Formats: sequence, C-alpha cells, structure tokens
Amino acid sequence: MTINRRDFIKVLSFGAAAATGSNTLFGNSTISKTSKHTLSKDAVGILYDATLCIGCKACEVACKRVNGMPVENSEWEKMHGIEDAWDSGSDLSTKTLNKIKMYKHGSATVKNREKNGFSFIKRACMHCIEPACESACPVSGFTKDPKTGIVVWNESCCGCRYCEIACPYNIPRFEYDKAIPKVFKCEMCSHLVSVGGVPGCCDSCPSGASIFGKVDDILEEARKRIALKAGEEYAYPISTVHDKEKQIRPTEKYINYIYGENEAGGTQYIILSAVPFEILGLPKLPEKSAVSTSETIQHTIYKGLIAPIALLVGLAFSAHRTTRKHQLAEENTIHE
Amino acid sequence: MNNHKPVGGKILTKPFMVLAFLALIAFILIIKRFLFGIGSVTNLSDGYPWGLWIVYDVLVGTAFGCGGYAIALLVYVFNKGEYHPLIRPALMTSVFGYTLAGASIILDVGRYWNLYNMFWPKYANINSVMVEVAICVASYVMILWIEFSPSFFEKWRKGGTPTFVKRFMFVFIAIGVLLPTMHQSSLGSLMIIAGNRLFPLWQTNWLPLLFLISALTMGYGMVIFESLFSSVILHRPLEISMLKKLSAVMQKLLVVFLIFRFGDLIWRGEISTIFDIGFKQSMFILENALIIIPMILLFIKNKKSSPRSLFLSASAVLLAGTLYRFNTYLVGFDPGHGWHYFPSVSEIMVTLGIVSVELMAYLVFVKKLPIMPAIQHN
Ligand code: SF4
Ligand code: SF4
Repeated sequence: MTINRRDFIKVLSFGAAAATGSNTLFGNSTISKTSKHTLSKDAVGILYDATLCIGCKACEVACKRVNGMPVENSEWEKMHGIEDAWDSGSDLSTKTLNKIKMYKHGSATVKNREKNGFSFIKRACMHCIEPACESACPVSGFTKDPKTGIVVWNESCCGCRYCEIACPYNIPRFEYDKAIPKVFKCEMCSHLVSVGGVPGCCDSCPSGASIFGKVDDILEEARKRIALKAGEEYAYPISTVHDKEKQIRPTEKYINYIYGENEAGGTQYIILSAVPFEILGLPKLPEKSAVSTSETIQHTIYKGLIAPIALLVGLAFSAHRTTRKHQLAEENTIHE
Repeated sequence: MNNHKPVGGKILTKPFMVLAFLALIAFILIIKRFLFGIGSVTNLSDGYPWGLWIVYDVLVGTAFGCGGYAIALLVYVFNKGEYHPLIRPALMTSVFGYTLAGASIILDVGRYWNLYNMFWPKYANINSVMVEVAICVASYVMILWIEFSPSFFEKWRKGGTPTFVKRFMFVFIAIGVLLPTMHQSSLGSLMIIAGNRLFPLWQTNWLPLLFLISALTMGYGMVIFESLFSSVILHRPLEISMLKKLSAVMQKLLVVFLIFRFGDLIWRGEISTIFDIGFKQSMFILENALIIIPMILLFIKNKKSSPRSLFLSASAVLLAGTLYRFNTYLVGFDPGHGWHYFPSVSEIMVTLGIVSVELMAYLVFVKKLPIMPAIQHN
C-alpha cells in the first residue's frame, strides 16, 4: 500500500476539523423542528396583561385544583405547626406551577408605575416555540405537541436536569427531595385543552388578566392593546380571547412591546405590562434562540455522520500501520 | 517477550486503608442519596441543577482520563513510537477515570432506571448534545477496557494476548481516538444551549474546540504527573527525557488553546469584560494564569529538565483545565436572581470517596498487573 503520508494527514486533519466544529460557525441554517414560521395554526397560548392583574391569586388556586397539586407551606410555617391551612410558596416549585409575584418600589402607591408604584407578574412556563427543554432533553422527557404547541413532561425522563440548565426562563422544577423524582412545570392544562376546555388560570381570572386563545388571535389582541392611547376605554374579554363577557375600562399606558413575541424564537405565553419587563424578572433574550445555535453546531458536526466516519477511516488506517510496525519489532526481538 | 512488569509490593498499606475509609463514607452517603433523593446529600437546586458531581466526577474526571487518548494520538496517529512505553500506564488512568465517571452519572441522574432511553431510538433525541456525549462515553469505556485487556491476558492467560485480539486491536485503537474527540468536544457544546445564562467570558460557539484542546492538554499533563508521581511513591526510575518531550507537545497545545481562547474573546468584542472587576473576572484570570505559568516554566531552558518544574507545570495544567470546567459550568453560570450554590460536605465526601476508589484501584493494578515499563538493568 502506498498512500502518501502527507495526504493521509490531510484527510485526518480535515476529519478532525469537521468533527470538532471549526467549520461550524459558518453554517446558519436553523434546524429546529418548529419555528415561528412553521408553528401550527391551531397552536394555543395565553396572553397575560399585567396592567389588569389585581394579584388575587385566583389563578394559583385554580391551577392547583385542576392539576391536583398540593398546597405548599414555608419551613417557618411547618415549624409552627401550620400545614395545609393555606398556600404560601414564594416561587415556582414541584408543587406550584403558576406563581403571581409582585414588583414594588418606594411608597408603592400607584399600580402599573415603575417609581413609587407596583405591578404583578404571573410566572409559568412560556411554552417556547423553540423549547430549550425539549431540545436539550436526551430522552424526549419534554415534547411539544405538534398541533397545540403545548410542551409537556413525559415519564421517559431520566432526571439529568439538562432541561433546567437549558430553559432560559428557569422554569422546570425537579423533586430533589424524592427517591423517585419527577420534573414539574405548567403544561397549559393540556388535559383540559385537548377536550375543548380552557386552562385553569384563564378560566378563573376575574379581571381578564389571563386570557386563552389561538396564538395568532392573542398576538392580534396584544397588538391592538399596545396601540391604544392611555385612558382610552376598551372592552377586555375575560377568560378567552373571544369571550362574549367583557369588562369595559380605561387602559393603562402600555409599554409598546409584546414580551414573548420574539424572545428566543418566540413563546406561546405572551405578556403585556406598563412597567419594564426586566424589573418584573423577565430575562432579556435575543431573538435567535440558543437552541438553534446549539442544534446548528451539533448537526453541522455530525451531519450524516460523514466527518466522524471519515476520521475513523483515517485513524484505522494509521493505527493499523503503527500496530503492525510495533508487532514486527516485538517479534524480531523475540527471535533474536 | 514482555516489556511491562508488575511493580509488586504489599497492598494493604496505611494510605490504602485511609482511602478505603473515605470510600466507605462515600458508600454510606450514596445509600442515603438513593433512599431519600439527591437533595438529601447535595446542595443542588432548580437554579443550579448541576454541581460538584457532574463537574468534577464527570467533566474533570474524564478529562483527567484523557491520557490514554492523548498518548494514542501521538503513537498511532503521529507515528511517534518512542512514547509507546507510556501507553499502558496512561491507558490505565483512563480506564479508571472513565469507568468511574460513567458510574457516577448514575448517582447524579434522578431517574437512573430510565438512562437506557438514551440508547433507545424511540426516545433518544438526536437534537440533544447529551445523547452524543452519553453514547460516546459509554462506548469509550468499553473500548478502553478492550485496549487495556492485554494487561490481563499477559497475567492470566498462557501465551499472553490472543492473536485475534492483537490483530483487530487497530480497530479499537482507532475508535478509541475518535470517541474522545467527539465527546470531549461535545462536553463543551453542552453549555451552548444555556445561552446568555452563561457569562460571555465562557459562552462561545467555540466551546467544543476549546474543550477538546483543553482535554488533550490535561491528558498530557496527567501522563507527566502520573509518571513523576509513581516514580516517587513507587520508587521507580524517572523517564525524564521522554517527559521533557511530552511537555513540549503540551506546551504547543497550550499556545493553540490561548490563541483560540483570546482570539474568540477579541472577535466577539468581549475582551474588555475582563476588566470589569468581579468574582467571575478573577476566576477567569486565575484560570488563564494557570496556563501561562507552566508555559513560562517550560520556556526557561535550563529549568526545562528539572523534574520539579515538570511536575509543577503538569499540575498547573491539570488545575487550569479543572478550573476552566468549573468556571464554564458553575462560576460563569447564572440562573438568575436568588440562586446560590456551594457543594455540601456530603457532596464533597462522595467525590472524595470516588477519587479514593480510583487511587486504590491504581495501586492494586500497578502492583499486581504488568503495566509499568520494565526497569532496564544494564
Ligand atoms: S419556558 Fe422553559 S420549560 Fe417552558 S417551554 Fe420554554 S424552555 Fe421549556
Ligand atoms: S431531567 Fe428529565 S426532562 Fe429534564 S432534560 Fe433530563 S431527562 Fe429530560
């Protein structure tokens, strides 16, 4: 065999370069299965309007009821024998999938104002259009319904918690206190939605702050609202975007932005507010999701397994030659 | 015919008993973890879901285990036969490093009974970097044991290694170079999906390449470290001239690493981030100082051949790689307001126990199996 050593090194380094990704930075095709452009027309979502939220937590109670989740007590309460009397978790947890939080500043006298004001914010899974949890999970522990776009957890989960590293909103919650743990997050009441129902939070909200609907419809509704002039009267639907029941009231001064429309590839849970989104604890995210960057790099390296196979062939050739040489040398020393 | 020999000597020495005691404590804590959940022994949280176990036991553990890969690359790919005597001891550290890293995943994964789903086409998610890591690490552990098998054959089988194993060894060697190339780079890619939750000094699309180069430097560092270490504790002659050459290879790789590391920071316009004083920045500076120190040590010509400066350089490189991994996965990772992580005592004890098992296995193996190059008596 007379394969030139130099050629061979070339093959090798090409394979190595391809296999480790030095040429991946130039690929920008997005490989994600869903994107804003391919999202199903039947995809559903929630519009949360913080200017309407009165902080009554009816949605939290309903969420627990319809999902069969237990109430939560703080360590202090448990120490003082208060258990199951009321619910007092302060963040999302394996028992709480939906949480109303409050922003307040200074004297906190006026609602929907940044300085000396306050605002509520409802935190739950955003049902990303390019869900990081789903992309990261090695064992399909999170899947996105192709029709509704709802992201749900599955029993195939191996508990590696890569989803928690990946989720840009820090949503999934893992049962660190259980020998047989599960992962929890809002699943947009997919069990109700699949039979034509409305998620518990939207169904129970008395002020119309959370409304359910098709993604296209809630986006349209949101656009309409941010275009309103502050103080102008508007008929707010109560629990779904097409709800006949409406509440007529003057609008607040909306921030001219729909949070979730573009964040990390877009989400199906979108938010309106009169105070800046960052101070409500919502992360500032680029439009291009880390998911698409990660998947693009990974798929470029391993496309059709061509680079690894090329590298393997080169390596096998080289190893074959060297081991033979060593064996011959060894045999020679024996015979001598 | 055999140019590797067992070192011999007593097994149950005092240090060995101390290690055994540490391993026992870890074993008890591991039982606790399986009975009461991961939170009962660790400080992990939904903000910091990965901690000491993943970063040290898996990431650093496999990088320390890259000696076999790094030497195989020299001997079989770059045809540098002179390093051949180093292969077996290097392979052995790799076998332990990887086997224990693989095993420790079971501790850290909450629903370990579902791990096989990673290899099950119905559930395996090809978009997940972790699937690639899992498949490559699992197969590499098997390959390592095959590559290492001649040590067992020579000890227990008349006639040594069977011919067919010898004949096909080149295939395993080739796969044994391919797999670490794939998964050591993917161990870097894992964090790309964390997006801007990873501080810009570490978050880059070049993570896979940086992790790969870093793993190789750690591989060479480990071989040098291990040779010098064994020469001291097992009273063996020094292979200083070979180690000197090896350190030159390591040094070149360190230069390449730094070029990519800083080139990337400059290109992304993040280089000035270093000067915003803070904890993350200090850790970044420490991480890179640990690379620059051995480079200077190795550049000073007359010091080059001193075992002491070789040992210091190798240790610094191992520390630098360790810190790079801790920084990328923990220090630079910010899940948002209110989350903190520092490993609990039990968590640290489990990691110490795993390291102890590794050291114990090392001592037993070198004393009982033909691994170390035979001492030449002229
Ligand atoms: S918000 Fe987090 S948990 Fe919810 S779909 Fe997006 S990535 Fe997944
Ligand atoms: S913890 Fe479960 S759902 Fe999350 S990434 Fe791991 S296997 Fe998937």
